[in-house]
Amino acid sequence: MKNLQVTDLSFSYDKEPILKDLSISIPEGEITVFIGGNGCGKSTLLRTIARLLQPETGTVLLDGENISRLKTKEVAKKMSILPQGPTAPEGLTVEQLVQQGRYPHQSWLKQWSTEDENMVHQALAATNMEDWAHQSVDMLSGGQRQRAWIAMSLAQGTETLLLDEPTTYLDMAHQVEVLDLLYELNETEGRTIVMVLHDMNMACRYAHNLVAIKDKTVYAQGRPADIMTVDTVNHVFELNCHITPDPLHGTPMVIPFGKRGARLHFEVHEGM
Amino acid sequence: MKAVLMKKRIRFCLIFILFLLSFAASIVFGQTSITLEQALSSFHSYDETSTEHIVIQSNRLPRAVIATIVGASLAVAGAFMQALTRNPLASPSIFGINQGAIFFVVIGVVFLSVSSLVSLMGLAFLGAAVAAMVVYFLGSIGRDGLTPVKMVLAGAAISALFQSYTQGILVLDEAGLQDVLFWLAGSVSGRTFEMLLPVLPFMGAAIIIALCMGKAINLLVTGDDVAKGMGQHVAELKGTMGIIVVILAGSAVAVVGAVGFIGLVVPHIARFFAGSDYRLLLPFSALIGAVLLVSADVLARLIIMPQEVPIGVMTAIVGGPFFVYIARKGVSSR
Repeated sequence: MKNLQVTDLSFSYDKEPILKDLSISIPEGEITVFIGGNGCGKSTLLRTIARLLQPETGTVLLDGENISRLKTKEVAKKMSILPQGPTAPEGLTVEQLVQQGRYPHQSWLKQWSTEDENMVHQALAATNMEDWAHQSVDMLSGGQRQRAWIAMSLAQGTETLLLDEPTTYLDMAHQVEVLDLLYELNETEGRTIVMVLHDMNMACRYAHNLVAIKDKTVYAQGRPADIMTVDTVNHVFELNCHITPDPLHGTPMVIPFGKRGARLHFEVHEGM
Repeated sequence: MKAVLMKKRIRFCLIFILFLLSFAASIVFGQTSITLEQALSSFHSYDETSTEHIVIQSNRLPRAVIATIVGASLAVAGAFMQALTRNPLASPSIFGINQGAIFFVVIGVVFLSVSSLVSLMGLAFLGAAVAAMVVYFLGSIGRDGLTPVKMVLAGAAISALFQSYTQGILVLDEAGLQDVLFWLAGSVSGRTFEMLLPVLPFMGAAIIIALCMGKAINLLVTGDDVAKGMGQHVAELKGTMGIIVVILAGSAVAVVGAVGFIGLVVPHIARFFAGSDYRLLLPFSALIGAVLLVSADVLARLIIMPQEVPIGVMTAIVGGPFFVYIARKGVSSR
């Protein structure tokens, strides 16, 4: 059974439809990446799946249960969401931030336990943040900061991790650092990862399952090599491009055309 | 980690000693000079014929107790507002609480001919609550619910509206001014236990509940989306915090009038000693707020004796330089 199943989802902002009758299933234990142009609704889709937004119609099933009928803390034990561009309050240390990830597992009766402590240490170890545990989050570099937030999500101990543009505002080295970490988490622990990415080439490189969103619904879904064609990029991003296999990974690599024409002495082959 | 916690406990105890000293100073110092022995004997063997005993029991003690409770309340309300708006410059006045209270008092004095202090206090609290509810409602309209920016804008607009009404009425009826000055300036002098008693149970309960909310607030300040993702009921939590701010700051303005600065500054002073964990930050804020207001009151009656400086001015004089020092030094996470 697929652990995340979206059926006939519609969502509007102030009567402006953003998603319409969208259905999708997220394969378990794989990395799924949503791509699409600005304002296409890919973030809205992720946020609706994470129950940060209420859909107008349609359902999101998590392990066969409708998330709107589950207690929000029960959902938080199975699925975590890292929103776009989170900011930590001034002076908060990495360890204090990661401890927040244990919130769904606590209650008035069940206060901080050794299990909570262990999960925090594991999360810090998995993200290589142990040396920075007592540093304040706002003093870290962009990549470290994002790793600290991912550690908080990990401490939540969920099967499924949702991330909304985890690489925004990061330079390329830090983007690779964060995506490598997520890739490793999927590879070694088999966690299901669903994220929104802007960079098509990074999306192709790291995704098992790519979902292209266009016109309020899913335009194409599948392996990057299968769906990432000149035609898809044309339709989804309204961009002319050339696609060639990435020389390191063999995944599709999108080279956009621009106003500046291709240099004459390079032979450009259409399509792939 | 254990050592850090111990260090903070010691700091808390030291500030508590400072509080006891300022409380004692508040009873001893003033126009009538009183010795510590007289102060103590007024508790165990009260003598109706002794001027000192009467001054202690009917004047000094009430104002010290009121300054303690109001200082703690304003500081906790300020910490809550800063967490709610995620804005370090927020204070309870953002809810329009002070202007709402003063406007209702003016209405009561000018149009309803209310003259009893306790009834006016009731009106002041009502005004604070109405202003806060309007601000909360206006700030919550729209698709994203209550956002800090909308709340601050609504608060500024409602404050300005109430203030202009107040000024308009006072221009037309100057007689009302004398009664209203009492609330405009803010003072703990002349306040009796009789004025504190009606609001004391609510303030006490609100402070106790507030001190238990540290863990939830720690999560809330990482952002609405993060908190919702962790399974927190964000809208309910914010609503509860809003009600607590209204009870604390509304009661405070009803009893002593508009005292600024405490709600803004004390949470920052507390952060300097306690770090950013709200489970520690809230009790530190309450204690430091009490110290600041009690000692501001002592200084207010000493520096231009036999007259008194408004306590709002004193809180600024005491807290201002310290605030600048802390702002320059930055937040301590140790």
